[in-house]
Amino acid sequence: MNPEMTKGIHLGGVSRSFGEIRAVDNLTIDAPRGSVAVLLGPNGAGKTTTVRLITGSLKPNAGSISVLGMDPAVDGDEIRRRSGVVPPKPALYDRLTGQDNLEYAARIWDADPSRIAEAAARFGIDHALHMKVAGYSTGMRTRLALARAVLHDPEILLLDEPTAGLDPESARAVLDLIRELAGSGRTVIMATHLLHEAEGIADQVILMGAGQARAAGHPTELAARYMKDPVVIVDAENRDLLKDLDRYNGVKGSVWNGALHVTLDSIEILPDVVAGLVADGVRLTRIEPMAATLEHLYFEMQRQLREDNPGAIPPPEVPA
Amino acid sequence: MSWSKVWTVARIDLHRLFISKDYWIPMVILGAIFFVFIPWVLLGVVTRPQSLEIVSQIGDVLTSLPGAASDVVRGETPQARAAYSLAVFLLAPVAIVVPLTISSAVGAQAIVGERERGIGEFLAHSPLQIREIYAGKLLASAIPGYVATLVGFGVYSLIVNFRAGPIVGGWFFPTVGWWLLIFWVVPPFLLVALSIIVRLSARVQSTAAAQQAASLVSLPIIMASYVASSGFVLDPTLAALIVGSVAWIFAIWGVASGAKAISRERLLGVGIDTA
Repeated sequence: MNPEMTKGIHLGGVSRSFGEIRAVDNLTIDAPRGSVAVLLGPNGAGKTTTVRLITGSLKPNAGSISVLGMDPAVDGDEIRRRSGVVPPKPALYDRLTGQDNLEYAARIWDADPSRIAEAAARFGIDHALHMKVAGYSTGMRTRLALARAVLHDPEILLLDEPTAGLDPESARAVLDLIRELAGSGRTVIMATHLLHEAEGIADQVILMGAGQARAAGHPTELAARYMKDPVVIVDAENRDLLKDLDRYNGVKGSVWNGALHVTLDSIEILPDVVAGLVADGVRLTRIEPMAATLEHLYFEMQRQLREDNPGAIPPPEVPA
Repeated sequence: MSWSKVWTVARIDLHRLFISKDYWIPMVILGAIFFVFIPWVLLGVVTRPQSLEIVSQIGDVLTSLPGAASDVVRGETPQARAAYSLAVFLLAPVAIVVPLTISSAVGAQAIVGERERGIGEFLAHSPLQIREIYAGKLLASAIPGYVATLVGFGVYSLIVNFRAGPIVGGWFFPTVGWWLLIFWVVPPFLLVALSIIVRLSARVQSTAAAQQAASLVSLPIIMASYVASSGFVLDPTLAALIVGSVAWIFAIWGVASGAKAISRERLLGVGIDTA
């Protein structure tokens, strides 16, 4: 078998410009079949352009793309037939009913119309299929768009901000579905700027900025790479005594963020630090080794990348 | 290219139009003005016994026509000949104006409207071929205008025969020229205009700009149809055959090459301002 066929999606050094703007710049992504890759980055990072390049709706200026072993520039129609896309805006016919919208998609993708009810039920929108989409809430629209994307049982699922406007319960259902689809061999690429969404579902996180993959890997791997030093959250009744914590052996630094976030050389020295604090009369109320969440990881990566490449990544904008 | 996919694209647009009263009510009014109100009033005026002055003026015009043209006009009295000429020749361009106006309103939105509604993104990521999308949009634009024309033609025939038939000497409409006009001349004129309008719709930035451009395209085509219809006075059958044949050549070329103006990038709105 062609080794490309075992792959889900591969982008190799892909670039795409719009006039002077380089939306995607030398981007390389490998998303094997049955995996979930999360494109993480702020607005304008190139996530939507990446999704459009994968379906062949946009052509790259440079680099190679392979989807299910096919080149989107040559076999775009076949790739799109086997893909389900949820665009950032749901792209629905407002004046038609939910049922009409799904029937239209079923005809385009040659999907079995009997799957409409099943897909709608999966996203809890089956009760509203008779209503015109104009009367739908944002969450209902997104759920209808999701139902439409899975109607033809696609092998590739490309979700561009799929939980935008969803209530927490619906968002959780979407993320569960993504996990389920990946488990059944589908390749999922999800673009988001919401860090917590990627938590727990991503086999691979691609941190994007200015069209480039700034860092990529499994969250654990990235945590090991970017968060080498363990962080412990410390709090006490007599907080003023914590201000001298940096003088303890093995403490690299601390920062106050609701509680004290203390960076250690290694987790092994934590008992010594605790013993020292108790001996100094600190009445501890909290000692909690901090799990490396994607959010911490994201900001740590951004910070380190900014340090390594001054000027390459602008600091985050502070709202006025 | 799959015709079932073309029809799928066309059908959803037609469905949308059908349930949009804000679209079809003005269009019905427009058709009624041109196919019902104007002929009803004009034929009513000409056939009134008190309209002798107008009738004699029209009669003067008819007598000044070359012999061949004058022979085509039926009717024993000046009033009958005036009514016949009005029904058969002078109102013929209406058959072009109505479908063009109705269809260009749809065609102007064909691509840019989808883009503005966000549907362009959906279509761009779909397995539909660009030619299927283009042909579907063209069909969805042409059908409302042409159906309105066919219905209008039927109603117009009844009005003409009802108003002018008694004095011309029985039911005389539609003539061979009108049959050819409706089934041989109007379709290619419509397709020529729409092939240009749908192209423009893919290139402009907004629906408003597309409507402006559509007006610019429709106007010369309507004027061309007026000029062409003057030939109908000389020999309606021959004129319809010649005008229709030329229009079909342009229509086939326009339709065949029009798909090139559409691309997935344009459906997404990419590079529109550089087009």
